[in-house]
Amino acid sequence: MTEKATAKAASKADGAGKVGIVIVSHSPDVARGAADMVRQMVGDAVPLAFTGGNPDGGLGTSVGDILAAIDRAWSDKGVAILVDLGGAETNSEMAIELLPDGRRDRVVVCNAPIVEGAVMAATEAWGGASLDEVRRTAEELSPA
Amino acid sequence: MAEATTAADTAAGEAARRRELIEAAAGAVVAHADELTRLDQAIGDGDHGANMKRGAAAVIADVAAIAGKPWDEALKQVGMTLVMKVGGASGPLYGTLFLELGKAFATLPPGTAPDRAALAAGLERAIAAVKARGKSETGQKTMLDVLAPVAAALAAGEPAAAIAAVAADAAAATVPMRAIRGRASFLGDRSIGHMDPGARSSHIIVAALAERFAAPDGATQ
Repeated sequence: MTEKATAKAASKADGAGKVGIVIVSHSPDVARGAADMVRQMVGDAVPLAFTGGNPDGGLGTSVGDILAAIDRAWSDKGVAILVDLGGAETNSEMAIELLPDGRRDRVVVCNAPIVEGAVMAATEAWGGASLDEVRRTAEELSPA
Repeated sequence: MAEATTAADTAAGEAARRRELIEAAAGAVVAHADELTRLDQAIGDGDHGANMKRGAAAVIADVAAIAGKPWDEALKQVGMTLVMKVGGASGPLYGTLFLELGKAFATLPPGTAPDRAALAAGLERAIAAVKARGKSETGQKTMLDVLAPVAAALAAGEPAAAIAAVAADAAAATVPMRAIRGRASFLGDRSIGHMDPGARSSHIIVAALAERFAAPDGATQ
């Protein structure tokens, strides 16, 4: 086992203490691809879920699928969502509003590019950062 | 006994009325889906027609259950169906519109059919919520550019036909606008010269509802 893999295995033990990451793209392929890149960086040490496609499976996003992804990536430290274009953001914000009390205020949409933002956010989350820190790190990628 | 029968008749009449309005609005969206798609292909990603049709068809499929509920709950269910089924930004935007309208009607005394004042106040509240959801204001080439003047005409006591005309003019007035929000904003000045698809879908819904309110039996004023 390499040193890095050992570190990942060690941190996996307290994986519940990491902010979760959700990737929401119009395209299932983009969502999966971005998630693959995140996994390459942090392995299974960070709760991660992705979703893409409208309720019919075409390009678009689905509030129900986003809610399910938030659930899969749930962490008591919160969940950071990375989105691509407008509808993904609006549907993610709608999904957050539909979350039960106690969860709603622990999920944020990051204003960041989806691939770079997801990788940066996950790397920060892996180090045990708070939801605020994870979001800020991802958003450093966006022009002010 | 007689009173109970009357109440039951009223309830059945209200349910039939809700069904009529829902089918008129949702049916009009389905009927105009191709036109909405063409408008959206010009300045957006071309999915507005298909998305709205998916949402409207889901509402129609469930119309009996929806119409059987009181006004506030029926509208909330319409909103939630659109939120879950549409698949584009128009889902949460139209969903929020109907959800908030339902919430506004929930403040009426139980069993009350909303009158014009309640509808005007509810629409005002719903439009504010859509602005927040879309981080948008009027004048940015969106559905708000139709909904805001419609709400004003409603509050001013305009008859249904005049409200439909206001909606038509307002949708047409988005043609020379430059998009600030939504996918069309990526086009900048190239969004000028095309009608906004969301403004058009709002006009379609308002026109279909206005037609039902203008009908001789349209007593829900």
